Amino acid sequence: MTGLMETPASGYTDQPPRMGFFTDTSVCIGCKACEVACKEWNHIPEDGLALTGMSYDNSIGLGADTWRHVAFIEQRKPLGRQDPGVSHEDGRADDFRWLMSSDVCKHCTHAACLDVCPTGALFRTEFGTVVVQEDICNGCGYCIPACPYGVIDQRKDDGRAWKCTLCYDRLSTGMEPACAKACPTESIQFGPLDELRERAAGRLAQMHEAGITDARLYGEDPNDGVGGDGAFFLLLDEPEVYGLPPDPVVTTRDLPAMWRRVGAAAGVLTAAAAAAFAASMLGRDG
Amino acid sequence: MSGSSGSQGKTLFRRRWEHTVTREGVRGARPGREALTGVHTGRPRGRGRRGEQPMVPPAEFTSYYGQPVINRPVWQAPDIPGYLFLGGLAGAGSLLGAGAQLTGRPDLARVAKAGSFGAGLASMAALVHDLGRPARFLNMLRMFKVTSPMSVGSWLLAGYIPAAGVAALTAALPDRLPRVGAAATAGSALLGPGVAAYTGALIADTAVPAWHDGYLEMPFVFVGSGAMAAGGFGLLAAPLEQSAPARNMAILGLVTEASAFERMTRRIGMVAEPYHSGRGGAYVRAGQVLSVLALAGALLGRRSRAISMLSGAAFMAASAATRWGVFNAGLASADDPKYTIVPQRARLQARP
Repeated sequence: MTGLMETPASGYTDQPPRMGFFTDTSVCIGCKACEVACKEWNHIPEDGLALTGMSYDNSIGLGADTWRHVAFIEQRKPLGRQDPGVSHEDGRADDFRWLMSSDVCKHCTHAACLDVCPTGALFRTEFGTVVVQEDICNGCGYCIPACPYGVIDQRKDDGRAWKCTLCYDRLSTGMEPACAKACPTESIQFGPLDELRERAAGRLAQMHEAGITDARLYGEDPNDGVGGDGAFFLLLDEPEVYGLPPDPVVTTRDLPAMWRRVGAAAGVLTAAAAAAFAASMLGRDG
Repeated sequence: MSGSSGSQGKTLFRRRWEHTVTREGVRGARPGREALTGVHTGRPRGRGRRGEQPMVPPAEFTSYYGQPVINRPVWQAPDIPGYLFLGGLAGAGSLLGAGAQLTGRPDLARVAKAGSFGAGLASMAALVHDLGRPARFLNMLRMFKVTSPMSVGSWLLAGYIPAAGVAALTAALPDRLPRVGAAATAGSALLGPGVAAYTGALIADTAVPAWHDGYLEMPFVFVGSGAMAAGGFGLLAAPLEQSAPARNMAILGLVTEASAFERMTRRIGMVAEPYHSGRGGAYVRAGQVLSVLALAGALLGRRSRAISMLSGAAFMAASAATRWGVFNAGLASADDPKYTIVPQRARLQARP
């Protein structure tokens, strides 16, 4: 674990500011340019071309070969004073809104994947992001169930774990990540996290003022269960509607208590063994 | 999506551009990230009930097309449940071997130490086999991280297996290197309980609801299960006149496992469902039946080698069934978004 500091200590000197994403889903148009740009830039292999029937979502969720995933949710709910453009014969209008959101690795302040990685393949970069070193990962798979968001996964024919690097290679040369570069509506905004948080707060106020009370920020709070996300969101509904956990907690928060229980259990086992021998000395058939 | 109309053969929807485009609506021709969806399009909101009201009561929880929130562990059976089982068998067996040596039961000591070493080697083989890149196994020892139970476990095994190996070899060759044998026996008995217990933290230190939520009791479930396996192995392999401590250890293990499991599944509420249903529940029930049979055999057949051996095998099978049950319950709890979302939602609502 990385302590309680909001920006994790990463051991770098002359560290650049922590960089991240602010994904404003209210202007996402579901074009999937982010998915495509990410696949292209990072040479991610094809991972199935099935049609799911989940609105326009055919990539289903984040995984080893999907580092940006656009969720599509069709709802019979109003959105602000939007006119959905659909109505019945009698002139009654139907409530309809189509939520779209480009999901990505959250680059948590307290990243469970990084904490549990036994090889050190996962590490914290100078930008405060979390990246897998593919030449070190031995495919133990521990990071996969550790992630509270279901981001990282194993590439089957490769054996190693893969996820968004926040385009570490591009950041290193001063470029923005491929997805943000490709986003035509600036739904995906990249920059120093402080600046993004400020911008997000302003945007949220603007939306609330406009009567869109559903709008809320997700992952921007440094006091949440993962110490705040390096990639956070403006959502228009509850997080679980988008497939996001409503209250994620880094599993290693409870690890000190787990180690204490392991110690106690090891003691109980030793005591049980001693008792087993003691009892056999007292017993009839020692 | 057409829900509220029964007018068959008619156009269900028509565009309403003519009513909605206003001067205000095109204000700021290309607002980009400042765009406010649904604002300035003119239609007044909130005038009474329009359309049908939903007839289906609100769902207990919401999810994204029923998709799981977390990614399913890629750990495979029999590798990982087998690893959990063998680690418990090995770790508890080293205590049995050391105790047997101390109390002058050379046959029990020999089989317990051999069993522990064999189980330790097999557990390592299972772990390596489950890696996506088995050739990179040694990267496990690239660093030591207390935040990673797998790292701690790798180092534990790296110390334990050589100690258990020397203990087993010196026990098999009596009168050779007695001091080395004693030191290795002591070393394996010191590390063994850690090997048996740490796997509780290994699986609990994940976002898998049925594993994580049980973190307070899981190490006790696992050491109990380990004692059942090691005691059962002693009953199976050691001669009757030396196997009493093995029998006692198996019975104490059963009591520990059963009580910790009961406490865990009561405490974690709805997240315990996968321990009672589906494949996980089937293994758990099989383990309970085997436990009862093993216990009956241990208590009633203590004068019969054959019944003791059967009882020992049943203890081992019951221990394995628990591991497979816990493993499969975890997978089931990862696959159903309910177990992730409902407790988190409840936690949020309970917060002031």
